[in-house]
Amino acid sequence: MSEEKNDLIDVQINGEWHSFPKGTRMIEACRQVGVEVPHYCYHPKLTSPGNCRMCLVEMGMPPRPRPGDDPPEPDETGHLPISWIPRPAIACANTIAPNMGIRTESEMTEECREGVMELLLANHPLDCPICDQAGECSLQEFSVEHGKGESRFREQKVKKPKNVDVGPRIRLDDERCIMCSRCIRFTDEIADDPVLGFTDRGSHTVLTVYPGRELANNYSLNTVDICPVGALTSNDFRFQMRVWFMKETKTIDVNCATGANITVFARENKIYRITPRQNNDVNSDWMPDSHRLNFHWIESDARLTDPLVRDGDKHRLATWQEAIATTADKLAGLDGSEIAVIASARMTNEELLMTSRLVKHLGAGHVDVVPREGENDGYLIAADRNPNTNGVMLVLGLENPGSQLEAIKDGIAQGRIKALLCLQENLVEDAGFGSELLSKLDFFLTSYPLANPTADIADVVLPGACWAEKTGTMVNVTGRLQRLNKAVDGPGQTLEAWEIIRDLIQATGGGNGIYSATDIFKQLAAEVPEFADLSWGQIGDLGIPLIETGETIPLLEREKERIEKGLIVG
Amino acid sequence: MSAIYKSGKEPHAKEHRIIFKNVDREGWDPSLSMYETEGGYDQLKKAIKMEPSAITDEVKKAGLRGRGGAGFPAGVKWGFLPPNNEKPVYLICNADESEPGTFKDRYIIHQDPHQLVEGMVISCFAVGANLAYIYIREEFPEGAQILEKAIAEAHEKGYLGKDILGSGFDLEIYVHRGAGAYICGEETGLIESLEGKRPYPRIKPPYFPAAMGLYLCPTIVNNVETLCHVKHILEAGGEEWSKIGTPNNTGTRILCVSGDVQKPGYFEVEVGKVTMGELINDMCGGLKEGRSLKAVIPGGSSAKVLRADEVFTVGRGDDARELTIWDIPMDFDTLAACGSMAGSGGVIVIDDSRSISWVLNNINNFYAHESCGQCTPCREGSLWMKKITDRVVAGKASPSDIDTLDSVARNIDGRTICAFGEAASWPTESFVEKFRDELVADTNPELEDDLLNAEALTAAANLG
Repeated sequence: MSEEKNDLIDVQINGEWHSFPKGTRMIEACRQVGVEVPHYCYHPKLTSPGNCRMCLVEMGMPPRPRPGDDPPEPDETGHLPISWIPRPAIACANTIAPNMGIRTESEMTEECREGVMELLLANHPLDCPICDQAGECSLQEFSVEHGKGESRFREQKVKKPKNVDVGPRIRLDDERCIMCSRCIRFTDEIADDPVLGFTDRGSHTVLTVYPGRELANNYSLNTVDICPVGALTSNDFRFQMRVWFMKETKTIDVNCATGANITVFARENKIYRITPRQNNDVNSDWMPDSHRLNFHWIESDARLTDPLVRDGDKHRLATWQEAIATTADKLAGLDGSEIAVIASARMTNEELLMTSRLVKHLGAGHVDVVPREGENDGYLIAADRNPNTNGVMLVLGLENPGSQLEAIKDGIAQGRIKALLCLQENLVEDAGFGSELLSKLDFFLTSYPLANPTADIADVVLPGACWAEKTGTMVNVTGRLQRLNKAVDGPGQTLEAWEIIRDLIQATGGGNGIYSATDIFKQLAAEVPEFADLSWGQIGDLGIPLIETGETIPLLEREKERIEKGLIVG
Repeated sequence: MSAIYKSGKEPHAKEHRIIFKNVDREGWDPSLSMYETEGGYDQLKKAIKMEPSAITDEVKKAGLRGRGGAGFPAGVKWGFLPPNNEKPVYLICNADESEPGTFKDRYIIHQDPHQLVEGMVISCFAVGANLAYIYIREEFPEGAQILEKAIAEAHEKGYLGKDILGSGFDLEIYVHRGAGAYICGEETGLIESLEGKRPYPRIKPPYFPAAMGLYLCPTIVNNVETLCHVKHILEAGGEEWSKIGTPNNTGTRILCVSGDVQKPGYFEVEVGKVTMGELINDMCGGLKEGRSLKAVIPGGSSAKVLRADEVFTVGRGDDARELTIWDIPMDFDTLAACGSMAGSGGVIVIDDSRSISWVLNNINNFYAHESCGQCTPCREGSLWMKKITDRVVAGKASPSDIDTLDSVARNIDGRTICAFGEAASWPTESFVEKFRDELVADTNPELEDDLLNAEALTAAANLG
């Protein structure tokens, strides 16, 4: 809601008067004072067709006197009496009006809800025991709160297509569909890919994908999230885990600089799914499929689980102590100018601060990160596919990340650089470092979550925790400071990069007393001007603006326009 | 003016033919040249010299109420156009005549299309529309061709197109054929359909057509018969025209009588000047031999049924009077006071040979088939009601099913996006209210606790 529209209107909700900004939808007014109005089709980011009728409420307005009659008298609170309208109104699409009354607990409202619930369930298959949505299904939830508890439906239910392949990642059960049209509106209004629609009519209406097309856009899985029932399910997640068994961790996506807010669902240290988490300053309610599904590698067989040290032309398992001690030995005889450090813009600010300490401590002559440039997709995916390039600039102090890589390559080729510490990057595959070039080094350390060709060449290979296994902060494309929270433990002996670096610093003679990422954050707050006076708790689940970058997120800009036009609530 | 009608098609003496003046006329054809022999487009010539608002004023003075079903005053509807509008204004002629029992617009279209075109051009001039559509139901293919031809003729003569009759006023009319859905007669469903979408009715507010109609521009949607009347209002003058019919129920309207009468058909009468008794007994030649009246649905199948032996109290206070079904004057207000509606003018007569269960099931079949499926109560409820009455007709229902039937209807009524909810639920509500005994008599109390469908039986068997 923009500032100018701040005129307040008095509305009575369940007998109590409240004030709301003009233009507030009835359903949102209720929500703001803690009164939930059940709904299916309404979604604040989509237009409101008012089709489910679950949000019907009793509504009233001041009486309109006939010509010649006395106008109604205000009561002691200054409000006019309310004349209740015998026809219920939908709370989702109607905006409040001065002196309006809303009753969400009246007999009429309850009758409407009971009636709509019964009708929604009449032809619903009630196959909850085998439905993926069970446990997070609005039909179940509102049935408990507003249903009759028994069915009067004695007829044969309508039969519709089941297990329909609507796209590469999504399956449709038309019998479960309650025709709320959220998915249709999402593909049309948000994803600009209107391939979904209804065919047939009445109770035989089926959701379907346009002939010859499929629901394949990179935002398709958001339809599964907003489907209030089990009609649309994710091929990746269906039948994998009951939702109530999973632990939810609020964190952020690291596949690009947007840093979409997400929830990681895991059970017994295994991630089963990732869903977007609402943050109107970052990703609204959405995230791209490509990012959402990019987690199965976390439990890949190629994960490094133990430190390795070179033994002839092979690697052998080592303890952390041995691996760190070996590194310290190798570095001991070198001048700082002979040491290069390549860190990662996928690291947290805390890891980057530790990297900067290490660089200083070693007096390393060269430091850089590996840039990842792609194309901005015009929705949520930023051109910068690293999640924390802004952190690199602020904390590691690199003005132009990636600009030193060629110089480092040259240095290695010419023998000026003798040792290279590669932290959380894959230099051969992601940064164009040739195996031959890296073989010239006297000492090469790499840490990474996965085994890779870069590790093959390294003298010391350290198993690094991946993004889901660590805690820290990052600064996204718009300059927002956000928290990454650990969802699962890393496999085997993996350590978070900050721990590895702390140990390296210690082993090379620099003592420090750091025991947690939050401790490092305190140091960040003390040392990096942009972080001054910030605390871990202050960042919260939704992050806080840290710096101005002038960058915007295209999808959010379009949502702002739609809010401005009153098409959506936002 | 003394028209000669085809043998056997002569209007009844109690008719007052204005709109249907040229229907069934000997030697009449739908061509422009024929239309012009009797003052065709004279009213348009008059209209374009008037202030547009003056035309609207005449329509308001006439008290013309919409002939499509809701009976809303047409002039008032036109007055809802936003005053400082800068968007294009559209006018749509609703020729999706689909209400069962209603068959008047098709005769206007088939036999007197220029009357509609002239009415539309005048109306467009009044409301400032330069583009108009005739949305005609799919089932009128010939009507669509006739209209196309009439429009082409009018174009050639300068009654349509650029600078109509040198007035500077431009208008194009396009004929758009529907695809066979009752819901396209609902004005916002019609608009969606015209926009190329599924005809899902829009929520009101905010989508009142006069403010946000076709392409979200101000739009007037009027029925065929209503638009034709505009021409005659201009001819007579609003004041004079309003003397036809009865106060607040002015003009003539075409009643379409179907069902159990000797001579079903269409009758143009002054609104409120003919009673149900006169309509059935005089104009339609009475009931069939040896039959007695059981019920009448007075305004198209969605209107609430009137029982033959009911006594209706109409009027208030000193004006209160009691009426039998035969005494009901066929006007908007009295039929509303009798608990039903004049609707679209489709009068369906039901005699004692008819099974009420069958009649209701027939109606429920129609609405279950035509529910667009957009909103929950109508989508699920209309089919549920049909399935219950299917069983009643088949003798497979129990008495409590009738209670469920009524309750389902009441869960639809007043809770849907559009008036289809009422259209689908009023028949059931009124039939159960007035003929409960007869419906219950068709049920079997022994089935009360039985599982009645194969699905439930299978489920029960599996529970072992």
